[in-house]
Amino acid sequence: MSVLQVDGIHTYYGESHILHGVSLRVGAGEMVALLGRNGAGKTTMIRSIVGFTPSREGRIVFEGDEIQRWPAYRIARRGVALVPQGRRIFAPLSVRENLLLGARADGWTLERVFGLFPPLRERAEQAGGTLSGGEQQMLALGRALLTNGRMLLLDEPSEGLAPLIVREIGRILQALKGERLSVLLVEQNYHLALRVADRVYVMNKGQIVYEGTPASLEADEDVKRRYLGVA
Amino acid sequence: MSFVPDFFGQALNGLSYGVLLFLLSVGLTLIFGMLDVVNLAHGSFYMLGAYAGLATIAVTGNYWLAMLVAPVAVGGIGALLERACLRPLYRRSPLDQVLLTFGFIYLFEDLVKWIWGGRIRSIPPPEAFSGSVQFFGATVPSYRLFVIVFGLVMAVALWLLIERTRLGAIIRAGVFDAEMTAGVGVNIDLVFTGVFAFGAALGGLSGVIAGPIQSASPPMGAGILIPALIVVVVGGLGSLKGSLVGSLIIGQAETFGKAWLPGASMVIIYVVMALVVLLRPQGLFGRALK
Ligand SMILES: Nc1ncnc2c1ncn2[C@@H]1O[C@H](COP(=O)(O)OP(=O)(O)OP(=O)(O)O)[C@@H](O)[C@H]1O
Ligand SMILES: [Mg+2]
Repeated sequence: MSVLQVDGIHTYYGESHILHGVSLRVGAGEMVALLGRNGAGKTTMIRSIVGFTPSREGRIVFEGDEIQRWPAYRIARRGVALVPQGRRIFAPLSVRENLLLGARADGWTLERVFGLFPPLRERAEQAGGTLSGGEQQMLALGRALLTNGRMLLLDEPSEGLAPLIVREIGRILQALKGERLSVLLVEQNYHLALRVADRVYVMNKGQIVYEGTPASLEADEDVKRRYLGVA
Repeated sequence: MSFVPDFFGQALNGLSYGVLLFLLSVGLTLIFGMLDVVNLAHGSFYMLGAYAGLATIAVTGNYWLAMLVAPVAVGGIGALLERACLRPLYRRSPLDQVLLTFGFIYLFEDLVKWIWGGRIRSIPPPEAFSGSVQFFGATVPSYRLFVIVFGLVMAVALWLLIERTRLGAIIRAGVFDAEMTAGVGVNIDLVFTGVFAFGAALGGLSGVIAGPIQSASPPMGAGILIPALIVVVVGGLGSLKGSLVGSLIIGQAETFGKAWLPGASMVIIYVVMALVVLLRPQGLFGRALK
């Protein structure tokens, strides 16, 4: 059964038509990667799901509820957690305040997040804006986990990070797969995405142009060259 | 009058005026910072507060009750204004917001003229602070000292609220990135209305407190709008600290300007603003402009 089902959505920024009937689904406990070049529409897809830029047509079903007209805060409370592109840490808030702002229910607790990301414990009282890029990514992930959503949307978690930290992110994503969490992962880092994903979608110019497994995409030189720029 | 007492008396006048500006500009700066709305009618909350106070005193004779009723009444008006009129404008151009809120200045002014008439009405200070005290040779109305102490206590209370509570964290997050605040599950629309109403209530409080110093008159709201806007520019958008420091600076600048360069006091506050904007475009405590 799908946790998230997106059905033919059309999304616009003002008059510019960005998503042209995009559909995808994420099953329970699945990690699905969404790949595509710069400007393909991946972030717009995420923004449509979380209600930041609602789609004008189509349906988005989360655990049986049609959420495409809901305000963003209700979608978040319903169980969709977001790690946005660029991290969007609340710079003036302390690390602790960032983490607790949307904290709900049980499962992930502050202690568990500190256990997963020890640097956050050390910097708990520091302003979020003073953290390094890697620490901010941990904070964005910790903030999302603490909302205790059952669906996690990750928009380019490795963007702008040093290779060592990217590997660390990969390790954490692997660990999250063990949790009862469904994940939609947007990545430019094609190798990272293929290593952790169960299934893969490729997007181009606001449409899904490929759907398959990491192994089948790995073998498809044509798709990789045309839509991902991987030789 | 000799120089020292005169100077000291003016400084206290400036401080009490600064405190009034602070209470008014807190709401203005938070609303600006969080909602990206230029609410030109914010000065009207100050005027409405003074009249709500006047009405309460007329009925009950109790100044302290007026200090309670005015912010509640004006906060309610603010909540209604936000829900009914401003909300549909958030996605519109700043020009639309300016035109609408500018219109409300006249609407509120005429409403008050219609109910209370256009003449200046004085509000007597509360019994306990009706006298005056000697301070370094200056005679200072004790009510002004009350205003100064009250304002500073309010500043500390607001600082604690905004920096040390969960509600404050939500407000700071909303000022920084409203969309992402909603993205973690905060009902940001409710926070917007709450902050708007709270800002209006503080403006109303500022108006009652101003009553015994400046009297109440319909144009007082439009009159204080410019200094309050300048405070926001000088202090920095969305910053409580900026609002306090900016208010104290502008309060002194305008008061000393009036005393020493009569006729040019407004020019002085514009000069202060121009200097700050040249040196720090984001204001003294504002975030760097994006
Ligand atoms: N706020 C906006 N207003 C107008 N157009 C936008 C806006 N944001 C994005 N776009 C356009 O929408 C298209 C899709 O952008 P989107 O951010 O979804 O791409 P993306 O796949 O996430 O790219 P990247 O990998 O660079 O993050 C692009 O052509 C972009 O220029
Ligand atoms: Mg993107």
